[in-house]
This record gives sequence, structure tokens and C-alpha cells, in this order.
Amino acid sequence: MFDNLSDKLDKALHVLKGHGQITEVNVAETLKEVRRALLDADVNFKTAKAFTNTVKEKAMGQDVLTSLKPGQLMVKLVKDELTTLMGGETAGIDLSGNPSIILMSGLQGSGKTTFSGKLANYLKNKKTKKPLLVACDVYRPAAIDQLHVVGEQIGVEVFSDKGNQDPVAIATAAIAHAKENGHNVVIVDTAGRLAIDEQMMTEISNIHKAIQPQETLFVVDSMTGQDAVNTAKAFNDVLNFDGVVLTKLDGDTRGGAALSIKSVVDKPIKFIGTGEKMEAVDVFHPSRMADRILGMGDVVSLVERA
Amino acid sequence: EKSKSSFFNKLGKAVAGKSKVDDEVLDNLEEVLVTSDVGVNTTLKVIERIEERVAKDKYLGTDELNQILREEIAALLSETNIGEETDFTVPADKKPYVLMVVGVNGVGKTTTIGKLAYQFKKKGKKVVLGAADTFRAAAIDQLQVWADRVDVPIVKQSMGSDPASVAFDTLKSAMAQEADVVIIDTAGRLHNKVNLMNELTKVKRVMQKVVGDAPHDVLLVLDGSTGQNAFEQAKQFTKATEVTSLAVTKLDGTAKGGVVIGISDQFKIPVKYIGVGEGIEDLQVFNKFEFVDSFFR
Ligand SMILES: Nc1nc2c(ncn2[C@@H]2O[C@H](COP(=O)(O)OP(=O)(O)OP(=O)(O)O)[C@@H](O)[C@H]2O)c(=O)[nH]1
Ligand SMILES: Nc1nc2c(ncn2[C@@H]2O[C@H](COP(=O)(O)OP(=O)(O)OP(=O)(O)O)[C@@H](O)[C@H]2O)c(=O)[nH]1
Ligand SMILES: [Mg+2]
Ligand SMILES: [Mg+2]
Repeated sequence: MFDNLSDKLDKALHVLKGHGQITEVNVAETLKEVRRALLDADVNFKTAKAFTNTVKEKAMGQDVLTSLKPGQLMVKLVKDELTTLMGGETAGIDLSGNPSIILMSGLQGSGKTTFSGKLANYLKNKKTKKPLLVACDVYRPAAIDQLHVVGEQIGVEVFSDKGNQDPVAIATAAIAHAKENGHNVVIVDTAGRLAIDEQMMTEISNIHKAIQPQETLFVVDSMTGQDAVNTAKAFNDVLNFDGVVLTKLDGDTRGGAALSIKSVVDKPIKFIGTGEKMEAVDVFHPSRMADRILGMGDVVSLVERA
Repeated sequence: EKSKSSFFNKLGKAVAGKSKVDDEVLDNLEEVLVTSDVGVNTTLKVIERIEERVAKDKYLGTDELNQILREEIAALLSETNIGEETDFTVPADKKPYVLMVVGVNGVGKTTTIGKLAYQFKKKGKKVVLGAADTFRAAAIDQLQVWADRVDVPIVKQSMGSDPASVAFDTLKSAMAQEADVVIIDTAGRLHNKVNLMNELTKVKRVMQKVVGDAPHDVLLVLDGSTGQNAFEQAKQFTKATEVTSLAVTKLDGTAKGGVVIGISDQFKIPVKYIGVGEGIEDLQVFNKFEFVDSFFR
């Protein structure tokens, strides 16, 4: 896959180099390759199209046309545009509440429970908070046990109610418990759900209304393909979430879903997950993500060779 | 249904009375395939095949085009899916028949095992589960819940123990019980982690000390919403464990899972099962025509 990407851009850049100058025709040719690279990186079909159109307009409107090294300029244009789209400043989370309530949401298996633990661990160690983890997944086999194991690993209390099948009631009781016991952050783990599952989407909407979180986070697997936009949009329509968590970036996925999500909901990506361990969490860097999506290491070396 | 008919309507208009597929048709087709995660390479392959067919056969209307489309896409899957199994069966000549389930994190391995155990048991098979995910929090408890639901025995050790040792015990126990089917759960692991991939190879090797030709089936579970990274998953897991079949999960959502077409084509591994929900009955035997049709819905 990645070799293909290099080959394609190599070819595309040769087109530019051969011409010496950018014309409308070879801009179109190059952008076709860029678009293909984006699609291979799982950027959404429409997002990729819109992206290359924007770059095309910018390229045509600039002195790129008369530039001596048009290939290099094109790469810069693409990279800058991608970074801009990925979002500027690194966004923090709102911890102003007392307690601050953080709600997790997302598809099945995206990494919500693991990230709940990571965030609790981070807030405890780096921000000297006293978090409470809340087990509101009443469906998945052993979901509550999983959160308890995680809580034990990091030394954070876990609130659960095994007999109770009502996540709204559990969350509400947990907040009362947090207030009584001096927890200043409450992290609510929820069951994975599909965006088209109306009953389950109503459930999380009810949890959201009942606990009024400062932060609602949408947790998404960075390996997600074209469907990322549909899911992100549907969750955002229901929850108007505050930020995105991108998990499993320790893999070798290009993570184009990040760009798609960003462009469809325009919410900041706040954290990334980089492993299964509780320490494997990081803040999000837009320019690194842009590099990753396009395989910029490859692209830059190509330009240098050119 | 609405988008399906509108896709074919558009297609119909664009092709009526022509003997060559024009760009508009191909653009539409490209959009359908790419947004189903089929990937650019495989999409181009399909488009080439369609163009060849149309140049040769000169189709007349949308029905024929629909037919050609289905055939050409399914053809990429067909070579590896000739068996056309319609039921949950295991070969009778292996006893116990050992199935090892592998895949990256959170794709649905443990759930698929629960569903499979249920199906095999329904067929009158004696099933034993092995809890060789000793790493993830409460992974053993999760498999235990499934074992209780299906009412089959489970072999387990404590969290943090050696997965190969659990697999070994499971096979020993299955032999002693004269079980028909053994299903081994493994921890989710990203395919770029060399140590973890080596661990899988070891699990496999240790099982062979009990049953010489085990595992008889290595099932790679792919999340249906995964994009092009699934290629790399298939490649690396095949390298480590010689994957023999695929399961695609979470197809009850809006993701189409189209990436398996290219994977099946390139690695010649059949898709056996699809997961369509979290319930015990939500596993189906793969049907390539229904699968291809779902792209156009
Ligand atoms: N490699 C890696 N694995 C991760 C990461 N985050 C989560 N995981 C793993 O992904 C799998 C699923 O994580 P969970 O936290 O259980 O996901 P979830 O969203 O709570 O799942 P459900 O509750 O079933 O919807 C587990 O095997 C985790 O260990 C990450 O950043 N990197
Ligand atoms: N909607 C839907 N959810 C599924 C399906 N298969 C599994 N899931 C859910 O996906 C999540 C992860 O499933 P698991 O079976 O724990 O996945 P796993 O691969 O064993 O995960 P790890 O062991 O952590 O790597 C759970 O919430 C399951 O209920 C499916 O076909 N459809
Ligand atoms: Mg969970
Ligand atoms: Mg599992």
C-alpha cells in the first residue's frame, strides 16, 4: 500500500517536473494522484474530492504557476491545507465543573472503556484530580468487570450497580456519590452502539440530558474506513459532542478517518490512544496527523530527490 | 431501497442506448465502491472488468448492467468461496476440530466465538472454549459469560498467564472429553507488533504438541467498518499464523465491509461468516451476492 503511494506521487511529481511549470492540466493530473492517496488512507470519498478541489483553486490562483519548483510548492500546498483542516491549536478539556462530568460515546469496540481508564489515570497523575469511573455499559458481557479491573490497575474508584439495568439511573446515582465523596471528575463509560440503533441512541441522549456533561467525547477507531463520516455525524446530531478521541494509532493505519470526521463535524480531536496500557495516551497534533495521512515522510523525500 | 433504485436509475439514464460505459456511469460506480471501502485498486479492477464485458457483450439496459456488476464483483470473491457453504458445519474427519480466532483489538473475536459455539452446539457438536486472551481486562470473564450462555465448558487460567499454556490445556481437556470442536480465543493485537505476532505463532506451535495438525482453521476477524488497513492486517496475520478463513463483523451498521473483496482476491482466503449484531443468533454464513447487493442499498 505505502509503496504504491510513493510510486503514485513519484509519477505525479514527474509530470510536474517534466513540465517545469504548473498548468491546469498537470495540476489536475497531480491532484488525481493526491486524491487517490487520500482514498487509500481512508479519507472519505466526498472529503477527498472537496479537498483536492480546494487545493486546485489555491494552486491556480498563486504564483505557483510560474514557479521554478512547482512540485515542491504543490506538496507544500497540500500539506498546509491538510494541516489547516486537521485543526489549529491543540484543544484541552473543560474541567471547570465541580465535579466535571465527562461522557464517553462511540461504536462497539472503539476503545471507550480503555480510554476512560487512560483519562482517569492522566487526570489523577498529571492534574492531581480525584476521578470517579462510572460503569454504564449494562449490556456487554463483563463490561462492568472490565472497568473494575482497569480502575484497580490505576487506583481509581469505580462506581457500578450490577443489578441495575438503567444507565441513566446509574449515572445519576454516580454523580451524587461523587459529590458526597469529593470526586472532582466523573468519567462515564457507556456501551458501544451503532448510530442507526435508535433505541440505543435515545438512551445515550437521555444519559446526556440527565447528567449534563462538560465534555462529551466521541471515541473512534483510527482504522475506520469510509463510514466514519456517517457515524460521526449521527453521534454529533444526537449529542453535539465536544471532541473526538482517536484510538489505536499505535498501528500502521494512515488514519484518514480523522480528516473526514473533522471536516464533517468540525469538532477538535482532543486525545489519541497509542496502546493498550493505561499510559498510552497523548494529545493530538494536527500537523503530525497530516503527515501521517499523506505519508509525508515519503512525499518530502520524493521532492528532495526530484 | 431508495438510494439503490436511484443509483440504478441514474445508471440507466447514463447508459441507455450506448455500447460503451461513459464516464458518468463509471464515476457513479466508483463512488459506490469506494464508499463501501472496496479501495481504489480493487475498484479500478472492477471497472476494467465491466468495461471489457460491456465492449464485448453490448448490454441493453440497467437490468443487464446490474447483473454484470454483481457478477464481476462477486467474481473477485468466487475463486476463494467456491464451497458456497450455507450452513455452520465443521469437517467430520477431525476430532477435535481446532479453530483459532485472531485479529486486531476490538473487532469482535470473543463475541464471534460465543455465536459460533452456539451454532455448533445447535448442530449437536460438543464444543470447548479456550480463554487464551489472558491480557485484556476481564477478557476471561467475558468469554465465561458466553460459555454460560451457550452452556459449553471453558478452559481458563488466571489473567496474565501464558496464552500458549491455556491453549495447550484446552486441547488436552478437549481430547479427554472427546470434544468435537475447540475454539481458542486470543487477545486482540495490532499486526505491526512483532512480539505479539510471535506469541501467536507460539500458541499455534504449542497446540500442535497435543493435536498434530492443529489448528485446522485460523479465523481472522475483521471489523466491517475498517478501511484499507484491513489489507495489512490480513497480510501480517497470514504471515504469523496462516489464516485460513475470514469473518467480517458489525455489518448491522452502515459500514459495508467492502475491503474484504480485495483481501479475498489477493490472499485467496474465503470469507466464511458475517456478524450482524451483538446477540447470540447474530452470525450468518457469508453469501457473496447478498454482500455485493448491500453496496447498492
Ligand atoms: N493497540 C491499542 N489497543 C487499544 C487502544 N485503545 C483500546 N484498545 C484495545 O481495543 C480493544 C477494545 O477496547 P475497549 O476499551 O474495550 O473498547 P470499548 O469501546 O469500550 O468496547 P465496547 O464497550 O465493547 O463498545 C481492547 O482490546 C483494548 O485493549 C489503543 O489506543 N491501542
Ligand atoms: N453491532 C455489532 N457489534 C458487535 C458485533 N460483533 C461484536 N460486536 C461488539 O463489538 C465489541 C467488541 O467485541 P469483542 O468480541 O469483545 O471483540 P474482541 O475482538 O474480542 O476484542 P478484544 O479481545 O478486546 O480485542 C463488543 O461490544 C461486541 O458486542 C457485530 O456483529 N455487530
Ligand atoms: Mg466498553
Ligand atoms: Mg476478545
